[in-house]
Amino acid sequence: MSTTERPEERYLPEPTWESEPFWTSGKQGVLAIHRCLDCRRWFHPPAPACWHCRSRNVGPEPSVGTGVVAAFSVNVHQWLPKFPPPYVVAIVELDDEAGVRVTSNIFGCEPEEVYIQMPVVVDFEDWEELSIPVFRPLDAS
Amino acid sequence: MNPLGGEATITGIGQSEVGRRLGRSGYDLTIEACLRAIDDAGLDPDDIDGVATYPGASAPIRGMTGAGAMQLHDALGLKTRWHMGTSETAGQLGPVMNACLAVATGAANHVVCFRSVWESTAQQSGDRASALRQGPRRAAGMFEWFGPYGAMSAATWVAMLASRYIHDHGLTREQLAQVSLTCRRHAASNPTAVYRDPLTMDDYLTSRMISTPLCIYDCDVPTDGAVALIVSRRGASGGLNRPPITVEAFGHGVAQRHNWDQRADLTTMGAHDAAASMWDQTMIGPGDIDVMELYDGFSYIALQWIEALGFCEKGGAGRYVEGGHRIALDGELPLNTQGGQLSGGRLHGLGFLHEACLQLWGSGGQRQVTPNPEIAVAAAGGGPIAGCVLVSLK
Repeated sequence: MSTTERPEERYLPEPTWESEPFWTSGKQGVLAIHRCLDCRRWFHPPAPACWHCRSRNVGPEPSVGTGVVAAFSVNVHQWLPKFPPPYVVAIVELDDEAGVRVTSNIFGCEPEEVYIQMPVVVDFEDWEELSIPVFRPLDAS
Repeated sequence: MNPLGGEATITGIGQSEVGRRLGRSGYDLTIEACLRAIDDAGLDPDDIDGVATYPGASAPIRGMTGAGAMQLHDALGLKTRWHMGTSETAGQLGPVMNACLAVATGAANHVVCFRSVWESTAQQSGDRASALRQGPRRAAGMFEWFGPYGAMSAATWVAMLASRYIHDHGLTREQLAQVSLTCRRHAASNPTAVYRDPLTMDDYLTSRMISTPLCIYDCDVPTDGAVALIVSRRGASGGLNRPPITVEAFGHGVAQRHNWDQRADLTTMGAHDAAASMWDQTMIGPGDIDVMELYDGFSYIALQWIEALGFCEKGGAGRYVEGGHRIALDGELPLNTQGGQLSGGRLHGLGFLHEACLQLWGSGGQRQVTPNPEIAVAAAGGGPIAGCVLVSLK
């Protein structure tokens, strides 16, 4: 079974003041990740200060949108009635900066084709006012 | 060298009825465990002047808490000088550490610490995810980052980290299985354990996957039950049936970002920070430990604690448990002598310290480690959540 299709339902997030850009910028085709305007380090999840230099001069910036699978699991158990397994949940390390990661799904390939260090690229699923970032294999995009 | 000045001791332990779908309230189980612990210490409820619990009166998932500190207070008519109940601490053992500080500073004499769950009964009409979704319509807090991706359980979060460990360090299914198989063997000697039937390697290898690489036997199961223990200031007045157990040190440290996916090295956990901060406070070292009671909500977490506490080299946990002999009841360093949470029941953390004390007091019955252990470590929590306690009876 290929995890190429969007599930019938997602347990949608409740965006906060800080995370709202992450969950909506996909409407403009952009993955918004927080970045420090002073030391220029990226960080996720978003917060009102840069944990590297403690600057409060921070905000969302467009990520390059590519990365590699740092860790993953093929979830086999059905947790949600309208989100049938198997599906891949992965920690994706973004190419913007080593160690900056987002947890997401890998779609567009068979679950058994996913591997650690696999290059992936962001894609978006629109749900209500939100746009959920997901990832696909880079070479298949 | 003892950061608590040797003032913090454990004087009594208690456990309620433990089982699947008991059909009893978590509040009732809490009272049963606390009264047993108070009695075990030779104390009267009137002697108790402190209460500490995890996670407090409310929890995001139904069944994850049986009672808050003040509910215990109310039901037993306590008169306290100090109390706390929170999830924002060093995991499920955090309240015990706070209680140690309270008695060491004289804020209280006898603190009853408890953890109670009734997840099995709460989830009778559905699974964990439906129990969670009885809450907010949208994923918030920690679930904001996992719920949208169908990562509804820590099974998947832990599984991802395990996948990276396997990639970087190597860990076979047969090695990982030793945690589950060892716990099941030990549970056979524990009359209160929820799973006591033999479990074979073949059973394990052919069981259904939950979230790769974790199969059903790598995951503990919702249980009803409560655990309590009494933290007392050394020399405080009261009955005190047995020589008190000394809390030598505890690990409460958090040295990196406190979330599941941003730790610099994904093959480590918060356990590494907690363990390091514990060893920093004591002259006791890993080589002095006689028995280890380590969180196994998922089998892989126990391997993380083994590494974090320094019982093996980084990346070596699979080889350390290979074959299971070293961690058996009669092995070099017995692991989870009550069957852990995997087979003993998901008492969610405090059960490990309960068992460590039971072993030090020589009350383990058929599962008693011999010769009697003198120093034990108990640890709870996985992912960013971690806390550990070092106890001795010499």
